[in-house]
Amino acid sequence: MSKKKIRVEDISKPSEKLTHTEVKDFPPLPPPYDKLENLPKWDPLKCSNEIESSLDDTIAVALPKPKTKQEEQELVRKFLSGLEKLFTKENNWPFLQLLTLTMEHCAKCQTCSDACHIFEASGRNDVYRPAYRSEVVRRIYNKYLKPGGKFFGKWKHGDIDLNWTTIARLCELAYRCNICRRCAQTCPIGVDNALITHELRKVFSQEMGIAAKELHDKGSMLQLKVGSSTGMNPLVVKDNMDFIDEDMTDKTGMTIKTPWDKSGADVLLIHNAGEIMAWPENPGAFAVILEAAGISWTLSSEVPAYDGINYGLWYDDFQLARVVIKHAQAAKKLGVKKIVVGECGHSTKTLMVIADRVLTGDLNIPREAAMPFLEDIVFSGRIKLDPSRNDFPVTLHDPCNMVRLMGIVEPQRRVIRKICPQFREMTPHGVHNYCCGGGSGFAIMSGYNFQTWRKHISGRKKFEQILNAFKGQLSPDIPKYVCAPCSNCKGQIRDFLFGYDAWEKCRILYGGLVELIVNAMSDVKPGFIEWEWH
Amino acid sequence: MSLSYLITYAAFITFVVAVVARIHKIESMPVHLRWELYPVAHEGKRAHYGGSYFEELNWWTKPRKFSLISELKGMIPEMLFIKALWENNRPLWYRSFPFHFGLYCLIGWAGLLVVGAAAQMANLYIGVGAGAVGLAIHYLTIFAGAAGLILSTFGALSLLQRRLTDPEVDGYTSAAHIFNLCAFLLALIVADLAFVLVDRDFSIARAYVQNLFTFGNGPAVSSAIALEMVLFSLLMAYVPLTHMSHFLTKYYFYHKIRWDDEPNFKGSELEKRITQALGYPVSWSAPHLKADGKKNWADIATEEVDK
Repeated sequence: MSKKKIRVEDISKPSEKLTHTEVKDFPPLPPPYDKLENLPKWDPLKCSNEIESSLDDTIAVALPKPKTKQEEQELVRKFLSGLEKLFTKENNWPFLQLLTLTMEHCAKCQTCSDACHIFEASGRNDVYRPAYRSEVVRRIYNKYLKPGGKFFGKWKHGDIDLNWTTIARLCELAYRCNICRRCAQTCPIGVDNALITHELRKVFSQEMGIAAKELHDKGSMLQLKVGSSTGMNPLVVKDNMDFIDEDMTDKTGMTIKTPWDKSGADVLLIHNAGEIMAWPENPGAFAVILEAAGISWTLSSEVPAYDGINYGLWYDDFQLARVVIKHAQAAKKLGVKKIVVGECGHSTKTLMVIADRVLTGDLNIPREAAMPFLEDIVFSGRIKLDPSRNDFPVTLHDPCNMVRLMGIVEPQRRVIRKICPQFREMTPHGVHNYCCGGGSGFAIMSGYNFQTWRKHISGRKKFEQILNAFKGQLSPDIPKYVCAPCSNCKGQIRDFLFGYDAWEKCRILYGGLVELIVNAMSDVKPGFIEWEWH
Repeated sequence: MSLSYLITYAAFITFVVAVVARIHKIESMPVHLRWELYPVAHEGKRAHYGGSYFEELNWWTKPRKFSLISELKGMIPEMLFIKALWENNRPLWYRSFPFHFGLYCLIGWAGLLVVGAAAQMANLYIGVGAGAVGLAIHYLTIFAGAAGLILSTFGALSLLQRRLTDPEVDGYTSAAHIFNLCAFLLALIVADLAFVLVDRDFSIARAYVQNLFTFGNGPAVSSAIALEMVLFSLLMAYVPLTHMSHFLTKYYFYHKIRWDDEPNFKGSELEKRITQALGYPVSWSAPHLKADGKKNWADIATEEVDK
C-alpha cells in the first residue's frame, strides 16, 4: 500500500483505484502463518471496463458503469434524493433519531479507528477507517442538503465534490464494514459510525434499487418468493430434514423424527436454512437434544418460516419487516408459545431486538435465543452429559449480533464450561470481541475476489485470535474446536480456515454449540463430531 | 447598563433557547427501532460483563429489573472522567480530560459566583475574615476558578496541538475545529490574565454577576473582567449551536440509544407509538418497494413481492 495519505475529498477524484493494498502491509500472523508461503494468495482485482471497481482491490456490489453522462447524473440525483429521505420521519422513523445524532456529533477524534478490525488488518489503510465513509456522507449531506451548506458545510466538516465517482466508490465502501459496531462501543460521545454504513446501504437499496445481489436478489427476495435464500421450497426443505433425521438416527442410535407444523407446540424452532444445506449436523443436533429433553417443538413449513435469515437487517428496512412479519404470522398460525431462534446471530437479533418494534398485537409472540434455551436443557438434568467426550481444546467465538448487540454472553459459556474441560477464551471476548469478518452479509458474498479480501483483511483479526487462543497447541497432532454458535460466523470461519489450510497445518475445526452438546451426551453413540469433515 | 451585561443576558437567553430547541427536536422524533449496545449499565449484576435480560429463559415472564445504582456506576465515571476515552484512547484522554474537567470546575465556579453574588446582596460578607459561609464561598470560588482555568487552558492548548500536528486527525480537522479551540483559548487566556493580574480572589467577577442581578446598578467592574465575562458569555451562547452540544446529546446517545432496551408488550404505550409510526406514508423510489407516497409502512411490509 502506498503510505500516501488518502483524504476524504480524494474519493471524488477519478483515478484507477482510490487505494491499493499488498500482503506486506498486513499485520503479521502467529506461526506458522508468519511465513509468506503459508498465506493464501492475495490477488488484487484489476480494473474493469464494465463494473465500477475504482475503490480498492475487490468488488462486493459490482455496480455496472453508467453508459452516459445523463445516466451518471440521474444516479447522483437519486442518491441525493435518497439521502434526503433518510432525514424524514415518514421515510426513516426507525433510525431517524439515531442517525441525526450520529451525523451531528462526531468529534472526528479517530478513537473508533483502533477498534476496527478491518482498518487494523488492512495495515491501517485510510479508506477503511470507520470515520472515512461516514465523513464522506457527512460532508455530502452538510454541503448539498443543509441550508447554507456550500459555506457552512465546508467550514464545519471540510469540502467534498458530489459526482459519479464519489457515489460509485461510496456504494462499494458501504460493503467494507461488517457493521459489528465495535467502533461505536469505543466512541467517547456515543457516535455510531457503523450505523452510517447501514443507512448508506439503505439509500442505495430503498431509493436506487442497488444492493449486493447475494443480499437482495439471491437473498431476501428469493426467501420471500420461494421460502429460503438457499432456494429450498417447503417440499425440498422437508425432504432434506428427513434425510438429516435418518442420518441422526444412524449416528446417535436415537430415533429422530423432526416434527413439522405441529399446532400448539411449545416451541417453534427457526433455523438459518443455510445450516440444513451446509451444516446438517447442526439442525440434526438440535433435533437430538430437543427429543432427548422431551421438548414440545416443531418446525414450520410456511414460506419463509423454515429459514430464519433476514438479510434486510443489513441493507433494507422494508425487506426486514416483510420477513419478520411472515415469521410471526407462521408462529401465530401454529399457536406456539414461543419462537426459539437457532444458532444464527443476525436472525436472533432481528427477531428479538429489531422486530420488537415492528411486531404489534397478536404478532408480538415471545421470542427467545437458542443460548438460554439450551442452557436450561443442559443444566436441568434432562440430558445426560459426559464432558470427557469433549476433552480437546475448545475456544468460543462471540457472534456480534448475539453478544455485543444483545447481551447474550454467559449462557453459552456456562454450557461450554460444563461440557468442555479444555475451554479457553479468546482475547478479547464477550461484548468486546472482534467480528469474524463475515458480518453484515460478507460471509455469503464471494463474487469476484471478495472472498480473498475477506480471508486476508476482514477475517484476519479473528483468525489471529483463534491461533492465539490455541497457542502452544497448534500442532496438527491436537484436534481443536472453534465453537461459533452462528451460521454466518461459521461460514466466514470455514472460508478462512480453508483459505489458510488450518485443518492440515493446525487441526482446527469449527462448529456450533449443539454439536458439542450432542458430542457429550452419554446416551448417544460416541463421536458425534466428525473431525475429518472440515 | 453597559453593553457587556446586555451581551451576557442575550447569551444566556440564546443558551436556554438553543438547549430547549435541541431537546425539542430530539424528543419530537418518532420512536426508533432498538439499537442497543452492550454493556447496558442498568442491567445490575450482569452489567459488568455486558449481559442482558435476554440471557434468562422466558425473559418476558420475568419482572424487568432496572438497577439505578448500576446505571449511576456506569454514568458517573463517564460523565466526570470520560471513562470510554481513558479505556480506548489514552493519549487523547490526557488532553481531553483536563479540558472537560476544567470546564466542569468553571461551571462550578460560575455557580459559586452566583451564590456569592446572591449572598452579598443579602449583606453577607464574602472574603477573608468572613463567617464560615462567606469564607467557604470565598475559598471554594478561588479553588474552582483557579483549577478550572489551569486545567481547561492546558486541555485546550494540547487539543489544539493535537489537531495541528497529529497525523491521525490530519484530514479530519475542519476550520470549525480550529476556530472552536481558539475561541476557548482566547476566553481562557483572557480569564487567566485577569485572574493573575486583576482579580485574584474573583471578587470583581462576583461583582459582575451581582450587577447582572441588579441590571448594572452595582459596584463598578474593571474592563478586563468585563471582557472576560463577555467572552465566556459568547461561548455559552455558541456551544449549544455546534457539535459541542454533546454535553447534552450524550444523554440521548446513552439513555435513548445504547441503553434503550425497553421491550414492547401488547397494549403498551410503546406499542401505540410503533403503530403510529407504521402508519407513516412512504416515498422511497426503489422498484421492489412500490411506494407511492400514499402507502404506509404497514402496507409495504405486508405486501407480497412479485413472484
